[in-house]
Amino acid sequence: MDKITCLHDKHVALGANMVPFGGFDMPLYYDNIVAEHEAVRQKVGVFDVSHMGEVKVTGIEAEKFVQYIFTNDIKDAEIGKIFYGMMLHENGGTIDDLLVYKMGEQDFLLVINAANIEKDYAHIVQYAKDFNVKTENLSDIYGQVAIQGPESEITVENVLGIKCSDLTFYTFKTIHFEDEEIIISRTGYTGEDGFEIYASHTIIQFIWDKLIEAGIQPCGLGCRDTLRFEVGLPLYGDELSDEISPIMSGLSMFVKLEKDNFLGKEACVDQKENKTYKQRVIGIELQEKGIPRNGYPVQAEGKDIGYVTTGYKSISTGKFICMALIDKNYAKLETPVDVLIHNKPRKGIVVKKRFYQKNYKK
Amino acid sequence: MAKIIEGLYYSESHEFVKVEGEYAYIGITDFAQEQLGNVTYIEFPEIDEEISAGDSFGSVESVKAASDLTSPVSGVVVEVNEVLEDEPELVNKDAYSNWLIKVKLSDPSELESLMDAQAYTDICK
Repeated sequence: MDKITCLHDKHVALGANMVPFGGFDMPLYYDNIVAEHEAVRQKVGVFDVSHMGEVKVTGIEAEKFVQYIFTNDIKDAEIGKIFYGMMLHENGGTIDDLLVYKMGEQDFLLVINAANIEKDYAHIVQYAKDFNVKTENLSDIYGQVAIQGPESEITVENVLGIKCSDLTFYTFKTIHFEDEEIIISRTGYTGEDGFEIYASHTIIQFIWDKLIEAGIQPCGLGCRDTLRFEVGLPLYGDELSDEISPIMSGLSMFVKLEKDNFLGKEACVDQKENKTYKQRVIGIELQEKGIPRNGYPVQAEGKDIGYVTTGYKSISTGKFICMALIDKNYAKLETPVDVLIHNKPRKGIVVKKRFYQKNYKK
Repeated sequence: MAKIIEGLYYSESHEFVKVEGEYAYIGITDFAQEQLGNVTYIEFPEIDEEISAGDSFGSVESVKAASDLTSPVSGVVVEVNEVLEDEPELVNKDAYSNWLIKVKLSDPSELESLMDAQAYTDICK
């Protein structure tokens, strides 16, 4: 039985097409994926992302502990900063990708993927034993909405009455709202400017209703995937996994090899310096028509060299594009490759994963 | 409620067949387009390709999924609806007037095994 978020009834009432995702029954789309996608690229849309998990880490050694389990470098950061990075296995494989919010000098909030909540929390608890820290899984307590698109700032300020123009990219603040402390950050997963709000279920329901009443487009996971894909953002399970390290996925900039020891560091150093990995995640643009979908084989010189991780006919550009995990010897830009679609090879070339330019407000 | 038109033949896999003389226009039903959501691409067969009843002759693809097209009849493909190559979303607007392929029927007796509008209405419930 899938879990439900605090907005589940509202999705059903809006007539959403519901699907299981990460252990939750979630809206895939309300009426029309293309319209939802375009609302976020051109105006604004709101997503229920309450399925995401939240883990609080507090204590004297909180920073030291997060540094140990996380690939990015949070040392001496200002309160209010957010970091993107991964938790890794010793062998460099990815346990999850996550955001770390620095709430206080000894207080961090880790935002993790819904499908990985139990696995991640078990991992965190296991290593927390060696540190003077307290960990709490708050995933069932926080609800979360994402307001995304070029008009998100004006929407948050005018519809919700929350001042957010002072927030820069990847920062947050805690504010009083309807007699409660809530978190608002300038973050998202669409490649557009946007905000994410974390609060109790009651407040998230209140915020959702206000936005929907104001005519803001509700957006499902369908367009969340097409949006993140076009700007080359990874989805755990597709472009990152227990087998796919951040180095293989082209995310080295979030793995700070110069910092002190962290889980998976040695493997990443080895992968980076000695190129010991065999495959890389790359972008492919097809020169023939056909939609490359997850799992379709990628070939070069007539032999299999990998598979498609995510692919679409891009809603924003109309191109037939995909990300794929392939033999690193074919990963150079402009290498000709074929994607096998319905058992027919379609010609393509290796391109950068950023198929569409991000429009962040920094 | 999905639209169902009298006078057409229907398959269990939600294709319709509209017969004109020795030719048939094949498309997907309104029910099928509703289930698929936004159609973004259609994979057509080649002109002159011979297809048999029950064979896959292409696919209709929405943003999220590819759905195989199964031919309800046997024949030779004489035309594909090229308008849909650039505007596949027309299938969502009106599935019945935006047929996918035109086939020269090789065995018109196969039509008898297909459903009429009444029978098809029952399976869409």
